[in-house]
Amino acid sequence: MTTATPMATALPSSSGSLLLTVMKLRTFIALIAVIIFFSIFAPNFLSTANMILMSKHATQNAFLAIGMTFVIVTGGIDLSVGSIVGLCGMIAGGLILNGIDLPMGYTVYFNILEVAIMVTVVGIAIGALNGLLITRLNVAPFIATLGMLYVARGAALLFSDGQTLPNLAGKPELGNTGYAIFGSGTLLGIPVSIWMLVVVALGAAYFARFVPLGRHIFAVGGNERASRMSGIRVDRVKMFVYMFSGFCAALVGLVISSELMAAHPATGTNLELNAIAAAVLGGTSMSGGRGTIGGTIVGAFVIGILSDGLVMMGVSSFWQMVIKGLVIIIAVVVDQAQRKLQARVTLMQMAKQG
Amino acid sequence: MGQTENDDIILELRDVTKAYSGIVALKKADLKLRRGAVNVLVGENGAGKSTMMRIIAGVERPTLGEIWMDGQRIQLASPTDAVRHGIGIVFQELNLFGNLTVAENIFATRELTRGLFGIDHKAQVTKANEFLDRLEAGIAADTLVEDLPIGQQQLVEIARAVSLDTRILILDEPTSALSAAEVDVLFRVIAELKAQGVAIVYISHRLEELMRIGDYITVLKDGQITGNAKVRDVDTAWIVRSMIGSDAKDFAKDVSHTLGDEVIRLEDISLARASGGLAVDHVSLSVRKGEILGIYGLMGAGRSELFECIIGRHSHSKGRIYIDSKELLARDPTGRIAHGIALIPEDRQREGLVQCLSIAENLSLASLGQFVRFGFHIDRALEGEAIANAIRSLSIKARNPAFEVTSMSGGNQQKVVIGKALMTGPKVLLMDEPSRGIDVGAKADVFRTMRKLAGEGLAILFSTSDLDEVMALSDRIAVMSSGRLVCVMDRADASEDIIVKASSEGHKTKRMHAR
Repeated sequence: MTTATPMATALPSSSGSLLLTVMKLRTFIALIAVIIFFSIFAPNFLSTANMILMSKHATQNAFLAIGMTFVIVTGGIDLSVGSIVGLCGMIAGGLILNGIDLPMGYTVYFNILEVAIMVTVVGIAIGALNGLLITRLNVAPFIATLGMLYVARGAALLFSDGQTLPNLAGKPELGNTGYAIFGSGTLLGIPVSIWMLVVVALGAAYFARFVPLGRHIFAVGGNERASRMSGIRVDRVKMFVYMFSGFCAALVGLVISSELMAAHPATGTNLELNAIAAAVLGGTSMSGGRGTIGGTIVGAFVIGILSDGLVMMGVSSFWQMVIKGLVIIIAVVVDQAQRKLQARVTLMQMAKQG
Repeated sequence: MGQTENDDIILELRDVTKAYSGIVALKKADLKLRRGAVNVLVGENGAGKSTMMRIIAGVERPTLGEIWMDGQRIQLASPTDAVRHGIGIVFQELNLFGNLTVAENIFATRELTRGLFGIDHKAQVTKANEFLDRLEAGIAADTLVEDLPIGQQQLVEIARAVSLDTRILILDEPTSALSAAEVDVLFRVIAELKAQGVAIVYISHRLEELMRIGDYITVLKDGQITGNAKVRDVDTAWIVRSMIGSDAKDFAKDVSHTLGDEVIRLEDISLARASGGLAVDHVSLSVRKGEILGIYGLMGAGRSELFECIIGRHSHSKGRIYIDSKELLARDPTGRIAHGIALIPEDRQREGLVQCLSIAENLSLASLGQFVRFGFHIDRALEGEAIANAIRSLSIKARNPAFEVTSMSGGNQQKVVIGKALMTGPKVLLMDEPSRGIDVGAKADVFRTMRKLAGEGLAILFSTSDLDEVMALSDRIAVMSSGRLVCVMDRADASEDIIVKASSEGHKTKRMHAR
């Protein structure tokens, strides 16, 4: 009776589970669909050069989305990542161009590895600041990171008075050349930034499954009170996810400024929204407790390819925004439908087996 | 047994089957509810009682089967439908909005309004107070629900259902958190409603209660109806036989063993209440290896708060705790669990389980550290083995440990919480109302487990408001009242009289009506 019966007659269990499989793989299917669509309608879409270029674009979103996934799984949100990207790019540029002035009149310059490390430390520190606001001062994540969005962006603009820091090639006599490696270097024919993404993504996926702290992230998002009573240090878990998100944002800051060989303070504006969209598209639940790194990466690539493909087709940027928005909404609708269908299919099978 | 005229019947379930992911909760069940009578429903945990009620309340839709009301087939697609048909329900797990006032909760979805000028809060509070006074609840209708202890929250739920003018009122374990006096009031209200022709559905594990107020009884076992009779025709032995398929077992079989050295000693544990005064008032006691200490007390006696102090939930609690004669310096649950304390909380949904994780992940949640290799890597094989062990030794009914924990029945969920605590390898086990909402069979299971664990050298502190339980299970009995430890005695010296008298000390001014 009720709604279960018509479902059962219309869908024998085999086709029900087929539909279910299709829905489970929806993000992946969406990825293949956009690739097929654009390879037909966008000229040169399938060329190697274009593929690599698109991958590089998608990589930027993917980095941020990985960090965002952990944050969302704990039930939080990190709106500050776009601004951290901008600030970290400026700091990298500043370190290469101007070094650090010491009080005695000396100026210290660093090689690019040291610059990279210092920049990621800054990203992690800003994440830690977010985490402290949220755990110690009990500020809601949305508000804490919204505040940080403005602070970090303002700091990036103050850093150079709003000017672009051009020409980050460095000087051989200062030993800080080679900054281009993060953005345009290649290893075995594949861009360095993609290798970096592979390492970070595999690390994050492993972390989520096989490291206690990673498992705790999901528990905290599922039921914070029960987690605390089970001896999980909830504050520590939250600190970690915001610091990791800051770390991911710092990497993107490095990659973008290195690619352009210039640091612009407005870099990364609105990237936080792309990252959230990618995570949601990949099946992360905004209410916390559920999400996967693999899903998020596929989600990031769907969004990346969609925007680039539409540009190549010559679709106006206004329409691009509309289409991107619709895709995100449809993804969530399908996600809900899948959960309902899944429950119904298994229930019908069990009821029949009795 | 129990054939009656059919025109008495107000609602009927025919051939109803309901499946959840993981478990078929009801199998082709038939149920008849009669007007102006208390229809009692009993069964072990997971027998399908709550599921059946959720179907009648429109919360769940049956996977297969039909519902008939007054000789007509009806559809209950949503709780609104059920309310329209005059069906009201008080759930076992409370369904209240903690952030709203008692009055707002009672009138949720049918607020009293002044036309276009919005909600008439004053009228709501006045009317709500009427209902509450009828229940002698001693609650002011303008307090926030989250500020009330769980027993009073239950009364608010009952007041809400009563206020609905229902023809069928379902009470799912309404007394599990009520004191004896509150139960009497509730029974009076039930009798009143019965006289008005309301069909009451009463679900409880307390058999003596059922015998006292029931008219018709239906027994469920494993999702099927195994007994159907008039209450006056049967006795408790018949009920137990229908429920578990055999006669009642003596649940507290005494396994005698010698007690070891002192494991835990509390000195001057105090906890300040947010509203002033002390929730736990300078409690000192000690428990030895292999000893079971039962803490008896009424609602609000401070038992849960004492346990929360021991596990380190409240950072502002005072006093000293010694484990194996060494002072425990760790102040948070993580550190205390590491030092061998484990807590099984009273409210398993809010504090015991992570609902979106699987059975297995819930079990190993508190003990992941044990399976770690090289300082960070979880050895999945080792973890799986330990989980399988826990499932076996606690006989948890889990077809597949990878299923979500919410697919199990309440009793099995409780076992998962117990298993999680045991997997941390504790020296001291704190069990807050371990038998709350658990049926005879599962209770026996839990009690047997407690005895066995004590035999293995675990020190156990458990709290209860059930006299039989505290007398049967404890080696020593402590009585708490208003946050104070009134007395501690050996079981041999204890009598029900002494315990009841001690527990009511300081409870004379229990009502908190006027602010």
